[in-house]
Amino acid sequence: MSQSTAKTGGHETSFLSNRRTDKWWVEPILTGLGFLCFVVYTTWAMFQANHYWYDPYLSPLYSPVLMVDPSVPGAAPLKHAWFGLWPDWWPKFLPSSPAMLILLGPLSFRTTCYYYRKFYYRSYFMTPPGCGVTGVPQKKYNGETKLFLFQNLHRYTFYIAVCYIVLLAYDAFISFFRHGEFGVGVGSLVLTLNVVLLSCYTFGCHAWRHLVGGRKDCFSCTAGHEHLSHKGWSKVSILNKHHMFWAWVSMVWVGFTDFYVRMVSMGVWTDLNTWGGH
Amino acid sequence: MGKRTFRVWRGDKDGGRFEEYSIDVDQGMVVLDCIHRIQALHANDLACRWNCKAGKCGSCSMEINGKPRLSCMTRMNTFKDDEVITVQPIKSFPLIKDLVADVSWNYEQNKKIAPFKPRPKDSDGNWRMRQRDVERVQEFRKCIECYLCQNVCHVLRDHDRKDQFVGPRFMIRLASLEMHPLDTEDRIPKIKDEYGAGLCNITKCCTQVCPEHIQITDNGIIPLKERVVSRYYDPILWLIRKIFPKKNK
Repeated sequence: MSQSTAKTGGHETSFLSNRRTDKWWVEPILTGLGFLCFVVYTTWAMFQANHYWYDPYLSPLYSPVLMVDPSVPGAAPLKHAWFGLWPDWWPKFLPSSPAMLILLGPLSFRTTCYYYRKFYYRSYFMTPPGCGVTGVPQKKYNGETKLFLFQNLHRYTFYIAVCYIVLLAYDAFISFFRHGEFGVGVGSLVLTLNVVLLSCYTFGCHAWRHLVGGRKDCFSCTAGHEHLSHKGWSKVSILNKHHMFWAWVSMVWVGFTDFYVRMVSMGVWTDLNTWGGH
Repeated sequence: MGKRTFRVWRGDKDGGRFEEYSIDVDQGMVVLDCIHRIQALHANDLACRWNCKAGKCGSCSMEINGKPRLSCMTRMNTFKDDEVITVQPIKSFPLIKDLVADVSWNYEQNKKIAPFKPRPKDSDGNWRMRQRDVERVQEFRKCIECYLCQNVCHVLRDHDRKDQFVGPRFMIRLASLEMHPLDTEDRIPKIKDEYGAGLCNITKCCTQVCPEHIQITDNGIIPLKERVVSRYYDPILWLIRKIFPKKNK
């Protein structure tokens, strides 16, 4: 046995060395693969640039529709586009996909999220891959003080995420109206559940928990606000306790919602609804 | 429960090796009981730190099958019948002998933290706090200073940044002071620079190993990081402080 090992009480110091007997590697591999699947699917869906609309359902990956190319199959009607037709100067090698213009917002919220940081530092950066497992050797570990200093802007990505919640809530609301007639379809329920799950994830965020009351040392010391800030902080804390759960469920459901709209738009699945017909 | 085999680290700062011991294990025994049986029957000179045997003194921290744990709270019936149980001292601190490490570095970190500085008493000579204001920090007071979180923290364990980061245990102590409704001391500048909050990358191993189930990262370190963000990295708050310097210090 080497002297260096002996001095550390039998602990090896090489990458991935550990004496754990449980399957510690299952969690980082599963979470790493799970997120990778989502990234691959959303990238694929973004480049498809079609079948993101089935009246009155709009895929969350394409909301808001900033510009639209109505010639594409399954494209949103022109009246839904904030800035009208897709511009002529758009490079031909890029698909005319509304998703390309808006996905950075939700992505920035998730990548700076404290839960996602835990999972990708473990799964992808391996600093460390597991508890008690030696991580990637580094000359000088800087944590979130240099390259990853941008993580401190998480509260701003939260504000962006809240804007998306408002937009998706509007999409969910109009999904109950086809040509002005109220009705309910499976798609309406899928879109509504999507915004509920995303809200549970977004409003359980650590940055929001801080802003709503966690920043205070004393909830009762500001006359008139004690109930509001303590109640707000307590409610957010309930969601925050299960932040990982909401992160995964909402992410999977966003992907499924896009998939559902895509399938009914392509005519592969039939949307059961109270309007009847297609 | 029959015979069980243990691989126990034996050695000091000059060197060492794993030694195997086979002992009879009875129903209800914990790993610390087994260490004591090994001491009694096979190795009278085996060094092991312990005190209360009730998970409250934090003395018997060690690594059991690679996991940082309290040996007095690790029941033998959680292992498979044929499982060889490897017992080592905690990794992040210098070894003294066998299963005992020198954790005095932690006491030095504690001395660096500015102590509790309460606001002046009320006019009747008392300090008053409401339960809802103080219950947040009561969670942190459950800490038994076993230093399992310090041991598993990769900033200290793998990267040995003891010069830059005080570790999860003392981030929790800082949180208990900073969030205290009576405290008036401002420790945020030091939390950023001297105590090294930015070195924590929230991988939550400290929370996973805490025998008191303190939510070290979610309730302690992340709220402190957010306070650092408010002070140093939030451009809007920075602007507000510039315009209204007195109100928003």
